[in-house]
Amino acid sequence: MNSTIEKFAYDNRIVKNFAIATALWGAVGMLVGVIVALQLVFPALNFDLAQTTYGRLRPLHTNAVIFAFVGNGIFMGVYYSLQRLCKARMWSDRLSNIHFWGWQLIIVAAALTLVFGYTTGKEYAELEWPIDIMITLVWVVFGLNMIMTIIQRRERHLYVAIWFYIATWITVAMLHIVNSIELPVSLLKSYSWYAGVQDALVQWWYGHNAVAFFLTTPYLGLMYYFIPKAANRPVYSYRLSIIHFWALIFIYIWAGPHHLLYTALPDWAQSLGVVFSVMLIAPSWGGMINGLLTLRGAWDKVREDVVLKFMVVAVTAYGMSTFEGPMLSLKSVNAIAHYTDWIVAHVHVGALGWNGFLTFGVLYWLVPKMWRTALWSKKLANWHFWIGTLGIVLYAVPMYWAGWRHNEMLTQFTEDGRLQYQFLDMVNGMQGFYALRSLGGTLFLIGALIMIVNLYKTAKAGSFLANEEAEAPGLAKAYSIHGKEHWHRWIERKPVQMLVFALVAVGIGGILELIPTFLIKDNIPTIAAVQPYTPLELEGRDIYVREGCYTCHSQMVRPFRAETERYGEYSKAGEFVYDHPFQWGSKRTGPDLARAGYGNNRKSHAWHYNHMADPTSTSPTSIMPRYPWLHTSTLDTSLTAGKIRAMQTMGVPYPTGFDLVAVSEMQKQAMGIYDELVAQQDQLLIGEEGLSPDHEIIALIAYLQRLGTDIEVKPTQQAQK
Amino acid sequence: MKFINYLESISGIAIYPLISMLLFIGVFGLALWQVFRQSRESIQEQKNLPLQ
Repeated sequence: MNSTIEKFAYDNRIVKNFAIATALWGAVGMLVGVIVALQLVFPALNFDLAQTTYGRLRPLHTNAVIFAFVGNGIFMGVYYSLQRLCKARMWSDRLSNIHFWGWQLIIVAAALTLVFGYTTGKEYAELEWPIDIMITLVWVVFGLNMIMTIIQRRERHLYVAIWFYIATWITVAMLHIVNSIELPVSLLKSYSWYAGVQDALVQWWYGHNAVAFFLTTPYLGLMYYFIPKAANRPVYSYRLSIIHFWALIFIYIWAGPHHLLYTALPDWAQSLGVVFSVMLIAPSWGGMINGLLTLRGAWDKVREDVVLKFMVVAVTAYGMSTFEGPMLSLKSVNAIAHYTDWIVAHVHVGALGWNGFLTFGVLYWLVPKMWRTALWSKKLANWHFWIGTLGIVLYAVPMYWAGWRHNEMLTQFTEDGRLQYQFLDMVNGMQGFYALRSLGGTLFLIGALIMIVNLYKTAKAGSFLANEEAEAPGLAKAYSIHGKEHWHRWIERKPVQMLVFALVAVGIGGILELIPTFLIKDNIPTIAAVQPYTPLELEGRDIYVREGCYTCHSQMVRPFRAETERYGEYSKAGEFVYDHPFQWGSKRTGPDLARAGYGNNRKSHAWHYNHMADPTSTSPTSIMPRYPWLHTSTLDTSLTAGKIRAMQTMGVPYPTGFDLVAVSEMQKQAMGIYDELVAQQDQLLIGEEGLSPDHEIIALIAYLQRLGTDIEVKPTQQAQK
Repeated sequence: MKFINYLESISGIAIYPLISMLLFIGVFGLALWQVFRQSRESIQEQKNLPLQ
């Protein structure tokens, strides 16, 4: 053992930067959340502007709270705890800085592109390809800095929190790269490489594991470091934490398909998802119990210490959402909750309770520490705690109720076997719940703002310690083994081995889950009637994606009587083979659109024209925003040929040379729709710009009228049979 | 058509759930085995790392 005592300093400046970023971006993300919540109560708050409509702001909200608020929160906690646990300064200050500023640049780029309609249309992975590349590069910088710090550490053992950080890093890298494989058409437009069922499976394998490895595992690492710190006592059971780690990262990766129950995803994949989701409860609760029992015998401290209060509620919320998650993946429960606000409630118990409160707890602990002073106002912090807790309750309870009622109303039949309620009846029934939810969200935001003031005042009163002096004996290069050695000890001392093992654990799940679905592609009996989209429909679909229609409308009829009665024939896997990206959606604030152009659901072109101009003109009491710009903007056809070629590259069977005639084909189809609209001109809500075959609305109408029509047996086909 | 039918066209599909179960039991078993073989002192030492 090298006994020379080495002097060094911990870098607190990078922790401070990330702390400021998480607090400020958190407030922004929550504010956008309150705005979108209010838009569902007062549609006028969409302001009839493209950049402020719900469909664009909702992805901004989710991306801001996940990647800006929680993302910066993760880095704040990791940079603080990793240095202390390794007894070493971060390997490179320059890399720390590149990481910080790179991440903030990504956030700004994300915010701008999302509101201006540049989106891939895949939930929580909406950012376009140049930003995806930036994320990858910055993530590599973070990983390199982290691994090198671990390698240069002065502490032999790797504490369990570090394992969680390593697993987070490698898994997020894998998920992000696999899910972001897309074919660029221009600088800010790309198509997902996968289509339909495959795209859905990859997306929810990613989406679910973004929750697992971005919102959960790094925060578990923070829990294992900061709760013992705040309570000044070690974690309840270190053995349990090891089992927690391996079981959690191994099981989590398999559970993604529970987001796709009763959809056109193959049954076996759904069942696999359910089994692993139910199994997840064991490690999750093991971790929760470990966190809470750390406070055994110290509950009196919880009464007085606001940091511990936040942490206890955070861990409890983690326990609640990880109990609810497996329950929601049972098919019978999922049938009720999916597409409703129940899921929104579930997500927010995790986001507000677990991520929000743990971040607040860590901030309240870190800021006085780094600024070497006491918290400016304990009273305000306590107020924050209670306002925030009330906010969570006021958010979650109405949403659970709303979810239940949503399902009750839409599955109700009259005695003579007809659907009892129109979709709009259900929407009207939601208003009270949505208003209460906005109040809950507002309270949570107010709490966060109180915290920002409190922390700012604390920082003002103290003096910041940028470089915290420390000393520790250096680590001998050669490690002599005393007595018997266990294999895990070998991994836990070596970060690179740990990284490889973690990758193997999560990689196996991913590969086994994804490969069979890709094999199916070659074997799926393609539905002969399913044809690629016409150029106009394809452009219309891109508008649908751009406006974020998927945030409120699903395109997936499940095989339930209540759904087939309302929407028509249930959806088949073969119907989506040309959908890059898939647009199945995950929430029905509005009705399903999978068969919008088919059977009883089909509306006239004039209906769509008016509905998009002013939804209440066709559906009184609708809460959908207006889309007046679609009726005045000219469709950009400069990329159409390139889009057709991109589709051909991905295997969509357009005839050779079709890209050259795509625009003229498009104009022909647009004229057809235009002529029909002209014939019904007296019924249309036409603005000053007048009616034109070149307007974007024509393309959108073409797309909506196409939806679900592929399975229609045309009279000529019937005659041939 | 039930989607389960597609499975029949993938050769050896039955092996997938089996592999997953065996892998899980293997990983879980290994973790348990090593955890309970570690000495109390070593566990205590690691447990106290954040408090040093």
